[in-house]
Amino acid sequence: MSITLSEAESRRVVAGYGVPVSPFVTGTSTDAVVAALVADDTVTYPVVAKLCGRAIAHKTERGLVRLHIADEAMLRSACNDLLAAAQPSDGDVEVLVSTMVDGNRELIAGLADDPQFGLTVMVGIGGILAEAIRDVAFRLVPIAEADAAEMIDDLATQRLLGEFRGEPEVDRQALIDALVALANVGQQETGVRSVDLNPLIIVDGKPVAVDALLEIEDAAGGEAKQ
Amino acid sequence: MSHDLSALFDPKGVIITGVSNHPGKFGFVTLHNLLAAGYEGAIFPVGREHGEALGRPVLGSIDEVPEGAAEMVFICTPQSVNEGLLRQAAAKGVTAAFFAAAGYREAGPEGVEAEERLVALADELGIAVAGPNGQGVVSTPSKLCAQIVAPYAPAGRIAVASQSGNFVSSFLNLAHHTGVGVSRAVAAGNAAVLGIADYVEWFADDPETDVCLVYMESVDDGRSMFERLRAVAERKPVVVVKGGASDAGARAAASHTGALASDDAVFDGMCRQAGIIRARDVEEGFEAAATIATQPLPTGNRVVVVTTVGGWGVAAVDAMSETRLIATPLPDDLFAAIDEKLPPRWSKNNPIDMAGGETRDTVPEILELAAAHPEVDAVLFLGLGIQSNTAALMREGGFYPDHGLERIVGFHERQDTRYAEAAAEIAGRTGTPVLVATELANARPDNAGPTAVRAGGRMCHASAGRAIRSLELMNRYSSWRRARGL
Repeated sequence: MSITLSEAESRRVVAGYGVPVSPFVTGTSTDAVVAALVADDTVTYPVVAKLCGRAIAHKTERGLVRLHIADEAMLRSACNDLLAAAQPSDGDVEVLVSTMVDGNRELIAGLADDPQFGLTVMVGIGGILAEAIRDVAFRLVPIAEADAAEMIDDLATQRLLGEFRGEPEVDRQALIDALVALANVGQQETGVRSVDLNPLIIVDGKPVAVDALLEIEDAAGGEAKQ
Repeated sequence: MSHDLSALFDPKGVIITGVSNHPGKFGFVTLHNLLAAGYEGAIFPVGREHGEALGRPVLGSIDEVPEGAAEMVFICTPQSVNEGLLRQAAAKGVTAAFFAAAGYREAGPEGVEAEERLVALADELGIAVAGPNGQGVVSTPSKLCAQIVAPYAPAGRIAVASQSGNFVSSFLNLAHHTGVGVSRAVAAGNAAVLGIADYVEWFADDPETDVCLVYMESVDDGRSMFERLRAVAERKPVVVVKGGASDAGARAAASHTGALASDDAVFDGMCRQAGIIRARDVEEGFEAAATIATQPLPTGNRVVVVTTVGGWGVAAVDAMSETRLIATPLPDDLFAAIDEKLPPRWSKNNPIDMAGGETRDTVPEILELAAAHPEVDAVLFLGLGIQSNTAALMREGGFYPDHGLERIVGFHERQDTRYAEAAAEIAGRTGTPVLVATELANARPDNAGPTAVRAGGRMCHASAGRAIRSLELMNRYSSWRRARGL
C-alpha cells in the first residue's frame, strides 16, 4: 500500500532536495494564507490558489484550482471559496498559493518504481500529448550529472530545447541539476514509490515544477512492496 | 561474485558423457565437433558401455578417466543420471561442466526440482556449471568446439554469451560470413548457475577478448545486472541485443511517470547509463561488435565520407541524419590538400565524391589525408570493388583473356585489394576508424575488394547505412567513456 502526499507536502519534500518548484506559501485559513504571502517576497501576483489534501486527487475536476489571482482581495475570496468547498472526506486540507509562471514549453519529470530495475528517474516532453508522443528518457536512481546530460540528449524533440518562440534555449545545466536533485529524492527519502513533476515548465530557459506529487510507502499499512 | 571460467573455455582435457556410435546422438555430435575443430587437449568419450566412436575408444565410466587429466565435463546424458556423473567427474579433478542435457527447469515441476538440486551440487562440488539445456561452448584459443550444433568459428576478438543457443549459432555464422572471428561463445541455456553477467565478467578479464556480444531475453535481478555490466563496460565494450519486447506487466501506473514507462524504455535507459551498446537486432549487434573488434574507437562524431559513387555518399549522409554523427564540413587545409589530388569536377564537399577522377594512388592518399586530420573522427570509404565487378564481367564475358582483358582485369583487382589494405593500414596507423562499405560484400563476396577486407580480418559492411549504424554505436560508447573520464 502507498499513500500520495498532498501537493503542498510533496513540494516541500522535493524542494528540500533542490528540485525547482514555483514559489509558494500555504495556510489553513484565509488569514494565514494572506499573512504568509505578505511575509514571503518570492511569491508574487498573479498567483494560483489550490486546495490541497492527501485525499484530494483531482483538484482541477473538482474546481479546487483558481488561476490568475491578481490581488489580495481576489486571493481572500478564492481562499474562502476553496476552504468552503472542502468536504469532510477530504480530511486535513490547506490552501497552497504559488506564483503563476509563464512558459510555452512543458516537460514532465518524475520517479517510478520499475518491476525489474527498481526506482527510475524520467524526463520527457510534457503537455496533454505526453502520453501519445512518449518522448521520454529513463535512468536508474541514483544518477550522476553525466547521466542527466545524456537523458536530455536522448530526447528526440531536441528542437524544443533550443530557442523557441521568442524564449531562450533551455538551460541544460539547470535541467541537469533538477534531474539529479529529483533522483536524490528517490535515493535518500524513505519509501518513495513515485514522483510526478507535471508539468515542469520552462521559464526563461529554466525548469520550474508547478505541480508535484510524491507517493510513498504506507509504513502503517504494513504491506511492504516486494 | 566472480567465477573462474578458465576450465570451461580453456580446459586441459574434456570428458563427454552419453557418447555412442550413433551419429544422430548429441554425445557423438559433440565428440565429432571437438575433433573436427582440432581440439588439442585430451578427450574422454564416456558411454553406457565400452566401444568406439569416430575411431576413439569410448570409456564405460568416468571412473576410467585418469585423475587430473580432464578439467571440463560435457554432459549430454539423461537428467536422472547426471548428478552421479558430476560427482564422479569432480572426483577426477573436473572444475567446469557444460550441461547440454535437458529435463530441467524447462520441463515442469520435476525439472525445477532437478535444477535446484543441480545448483546445490555445483556449489557443494565447487564446479562452474553452464546450462543446462544449452547448446555448448566454443573457444578458438583452445580450438574448442564443445557443442551439439554447428558451426565452429574463425578465431577473433569477440566473446559471445547468449540466452538463446540458436543466436550463438547465428553470431558464429555471421563470423564465418564476414571473416571477423570470435574468441569465446557460450549458450547460457537455463542459466541455473552461470548467467550472462558471470560470463561477461570473465570476458572482461580475458586477454583473448576485446568486445563482448550478448543476446538476452529475461532479466532476473535487474539492479545487480546493471551494476555488473556497467563495471565491465568501463573496461571493455559490451554489445547487447535484447529480445522480447513485451511488458513485464506488474508495473504500477498510478503516476504519470509510471504510465510513460515501459520495459523497453527502462531497459534502454539502463543500457545508456551502464555504457552498454544496445543494438536493434542480431545483424546490427554482430556488425557493431565486429567493427569495434577491428577498428579504433572514434573520439568524436565528425565523419568524412570518401566515395567513388555519388549515390552511396548521399545514402551515408541520409543515414547520419538519424544519428549523432555529422558529415563534417571539410576543414580548409584538408580541402586544399584534397583539391590538389583531384580533378576540378570533384564534389568540393563532404562526401568527397571523386567523380571518377581517381588515378592509381588517389584513394589511399585521400583516405590518409582525411584519417590523419585532427578534426576528423572517422572515415567511411564507399565504392570499393566496383572496378573488380566490371572485371568479373570481363572475365566471364567470353573474350577473356584476349584483347587486353587479362591485363585490365588484373589491374582492377589489384587496385581494389590495395584500397582495402590501405583502409586497414591507415586506420591502424592514424587511430581513426576507416570503415568500408559495399553491397558487393553480400552480392559478390568473391570480389577482390571485400575479399581483401575479410583477409585483413575486418568487417566489410554491406551498405553505407549499416556502416553508419556501427559507427554511431561505437561513438555512443566512446562518448559515454569520455563523459565519465574513462
